[in-house]
Amino acid sequence: MLQFNDINLPCPEGLTLAALLEAQEVDANQIATAVNGEFVPRALRAQTRLAAGDTVLTFQAIVGG
Amino acid sequence: MSTPTNTWAPYGTELTSRFLLGTAGYPSPQVLAHSIAASGTQIVTVGLKRTLAAGGDNGFVEIIRTAMQEHGAHLLPNTAGCRTAREAITLAHMARELYGTRWIKLEVVGDEHTLQPDPWGTVDAAAQLTRDGFAVFPYCTDDLVTCQRLLDVGCEVLMPWGAPIGSGQGLINPFALRTLRARLPGVPLIVDAGIGAPSHAAAAMELGFDAVLLNSAVAQAVDPVRMARGFGLAIQAGRAAYEAGVMAPQDMAVASTPVSGHPFLIN
Repeated sequence: MLQFNDINLPCPEGLTLAALLEAQEVDANQIATAVNGEFVPRALRAQTRLAAGDTVLTFQAIVGG
Repeated sequence: MSTPTNTWAPYGTELTSRFLLGTAGYPSPQVLAHSIAASGTQIVTVGLKRTLAAGGDNGFVEIIRTAMQEHGAHLLPNTAGCRTAREAITLAHMARELYGTRWIKLEVVGDEHTLQPDPWGTVDAAAQLTRDGFAVFPYCTDDLVTCQRLLDVGCEVLMPWGAPIGSGQGLINPFALRTLRARLPGVPLIVDAGIGAPSHAAAAMELGFDAVLLNSAVAQAVDPVRMARGFGLAIQAGRAAYEAGVMAPQDMAVASTPVSGHPFLIN
């Protein structure tokens, strides 16, 4: 299992960050990603393999002061 | 709005407006858009948040992007909510990817009650982000030595607080702000946070600060659009006063009308 935005999900062998986002129907161009607290650039999502126990967070643009 | 008296250039970007406006807490996207237009701002701050199931921002971000395109203005993403240098560095990289700008308003908070910036964490993060190619706008206290260390690690702009974020107290330590201006000539200085009224913003500009950044004072006004316009005028007035040279205060009265002695001698 892995955690995706606080939701537990299965982590099949070879799952990539890009595949996870696609499976979760996330608009990949509208978010930034971090795996285990480390930023993963958009260009590296397809080659970033996930493992059981990983924590994946996505961030989106919002208003701010 | 009258024509600004001159320009300034944070990180080499020439701007005519000296008003940086935050985008949080407005009653509606439309009020935010009108407030941006009324302020005359050329820099608006934005943020990032973790995506939650509830999601959505009710259209605010799209309004901001549209307003920025219409006004040819710039986005300044922040690292709000970060408590460590590592968190801030990570969030800054995300912001650069999401917003497509190397500008970052660096916030590393050190105290939960005052939201006072952590000077050590801020300097550490600023050093790394500068090495990573960011143009860092550090939110900091008015401590001179902290500001000097931020310059040492590559910051070209400083954003000392006027008072704690959202407090609306105005300039709680004018002495420290005057000291910064005197000791750091030529460094773009922006008073960030704590401004509550246009008079506070004018006072900061009269001290010789290059610009003012505020959010709550406009967003929480009864009429944000009018308040945005009011702040824009106050900031221009304060800058004009600084350039004109404010007269030195006197302890005693000094007659202004050039009369000779008493007008009547009546016994």
